[in-house]
Amino acid sequence: MEQIEFNYPAKRKVLKRAHVGVVGSGDLEVLLEPAEGEVAHVFIRTSVDGFRNTWKAVLDRFFTKYDGAVRIQINDAGATPGSVQLRLEQAVEVSER
Amino acid sequence: MSEYTGVRGTVWFRALTGQASPMLGDPKSVLTADAPLGNDRARFLCVVPDPHARFPCARHGEVGLEEAATLATRVREVIEHDKNTIKRPIIAIVDVKSQAYGRREETAAIFLAAAAAADAYGSARLAGHPVIALVVGHALSGAFLTHGYQANRILAFDDDGVMIHAMHKEAAARVTRRSVEELEKLAKEIAPMSYDIRDYAKLGLLYKLLHVENPEKPSQQEIRNVQNELVAAIADARSGPVDLRNRLESKGAREMRKASILVRAKLEAQWLEQ
Amino acid sequence: MSSKGYSADLINRQSFIELDARERATVLFDAGTSRELLGPFDRVESPWLPMQGVTPQEDDGCVVMKGKIAGQAAVVVALEGAFQGGSIGEVSGAKMTAALDLACADNERGIPTCAVILLETGGVRLQEANLGLATIAELMASILVLRKHAPVICLAAGTVGCFGGMSLAAGLASYVVMTREARLGMNGPEVIEQENGVEEFDSSDRALIWAIHGGEQRYATGLADALVDDDARQIANAIRRFVAMGVPTVHRSSQVTVYRSRIEALDTSRQWDPKEFRALWARNGSNEEKR
Repeated sequence: MEQIEFNYPAKRKVLKRAHVGVVGSGDLEVLLEPAEGEVAHVFIRTSVDGFRNTWKAVLDRFFTKYDGAVRIQINDAGATPGSVQLRLEQAVEVSER
Repeated sequence: MSEYTGVRGTVWFRALTGQASPMLGDPKSVLTADAPLGNDRARFLCVVPDPHARFPCARHGEVGLEEAATLATRVREVIEHDKNTIKRPIIAIVDVKSQAYGRREETAAIFLAAAAAADAYGSARLAGHPVIALVVGHALSGAFLTHGYQANRILAFDDDGVMIHAMHKEAAARVTRRSVEELEKLAKEIAPMSYDIRDYAKLGLLYKLLHVENPEKPSQQEIRNVQNELVAAIADARSGPVDLRNRLESKGAREMRKASILVRAKLEAQWLEQ
Repeated sequence: MSSKGYSADLINRQSFIELDARERATVLFDAGTSRELLGPFDRVESPWLPMQGVTPQEDDGCVVMKGKIAGQAAVVVALEGAFQGGSIGEVSGAKMTAALDLACADNERGIPTCAVILLETGGVRLQEANLGLATIAELMASILVLRKHAPVICLAAGTVGCFGGMSLAAGLASYVVMTREARLGMNGPEVIEQENGVEEFDSSDRALIWAIHGGEQRYATGLADALVDDDARQIANAIRRFVAMGVPTVHRSSQVTVYRSRIEALDTSRQWDPKEFRALWARNGSNEEKR
């Protein structure tokens, strides 16, 4: 199991936390919580090692559109970049309802 | 790690009761006897191999439909008989290969037969009968849930022929898609996965680990010692509550089941807040 | 078929099976009365899975919710079949048992509180082996105590079904509700084929699997108390009915005399056709004790 961390600049205060997904084969769960300061922290635990660059690419893309100050935790069991993107968007949607 | 031989159950049943037969009308795979133990008259029960059992998948020491239903019957008999009197101890001598794996068994709902036996043992315990499990050999999975795991106190021998686990090594390796060697390596670092009874003992579920030089040929002195240990376990059971909380209050639990203890504390705190 | 096309019923039908554990639990409660306990943000996860390179889930695949069903206090425990096959580990097992014990304590305090367990599980999580098995034994002990006060209702909806040690928990239940898609049994087809050969059980024969383990067969042979469609509202209503019914006079697992004589009467010289077996153990057979 690999642990990966990223930080991104953030501007906006986020009010509500969100949880989506399941750690099923090819899936992931996302826990999104408001954080202090102007940074978004992302912590990933994945059972598939060696894909740091892929994770970075997906998150870089996600954070070009998202500027919330959050702590995002991801528990992953081999999801595709497409699924990761989807779950992140779902989490954002729930937190902004 | 030795294979299941199917002899230890009969050996210990005879050693502790002087008998080795089923009760009238019962299948040969379930031995039941009432015998003195300390100042009590205890009911002893044991599942043993019966190569001529009616059900083809239950001929080598498996706990099948008939075995589970018979256990349920003989335990309920004790509950009924002792309704208005002293609650006799019930001793489950455990050396079971596994549950029975068969089409007939599944069709006729072996899950319910197993539940019925567990219900009987658990109900006896709740009614005040000291229920003691003595694991002299193998205690696997569904078979152990059926015969032994509802006991107030569990005792086991500390030798290589004793195994308490959820699944045999080869099958477990297959299901978890690892080699047997990988599984054994993991089992060394992760106590709940271990096949060694001394690691199981660390989990805090056992009342006591007993030493017997050769469990298939115990000496008279060793038999007397085991009897004394059973008597002590009975007294200990009688001195405590009828539920299974001792399994989470033990030294082993406090070391190896911290997450369980945390869950119970946190859940209670959240349950009560409004 | 009316000119308008599908009936309103069909349009409104919501698949229960497509819901995850959290959604399934929520749907069973009276609207607005439920809250989750020890949810993902409490982060009580398996201590054992990370040690072997398996990603844990923050609720360990077990959702506990408290609220009201048909106006009565209830706790729902829902296993997430998509996480490790719904298998029971130290934490998920502890959550289930603790939830039932707390329900029991409330009953003793004068607050009738029932339990509903959503069984989507293959049994013990082998990565936690002996702690998984032990916690199932403890859950069974807690069911025995709680069911004296209030009903313990087990629901198997699919697609994982209920197998392994957890099938004994279903066996102890006050009531069992199943869909046609669901299966309930101690040993799955693969395990039986592995242990005793393909003649004993051909695990590729789907029709055989459902004919033996499926909801319709279990209901027809008196081993389940209700057969429901894969529809959230129908399932919620079935649960509500059993909550209102209260504790049965005698639990199925305590009816030993009947069950033992049924087993003794079986002709073991051959395999039985499952349909033929329904005639032997028909729901309203004269041998059946009233529940």
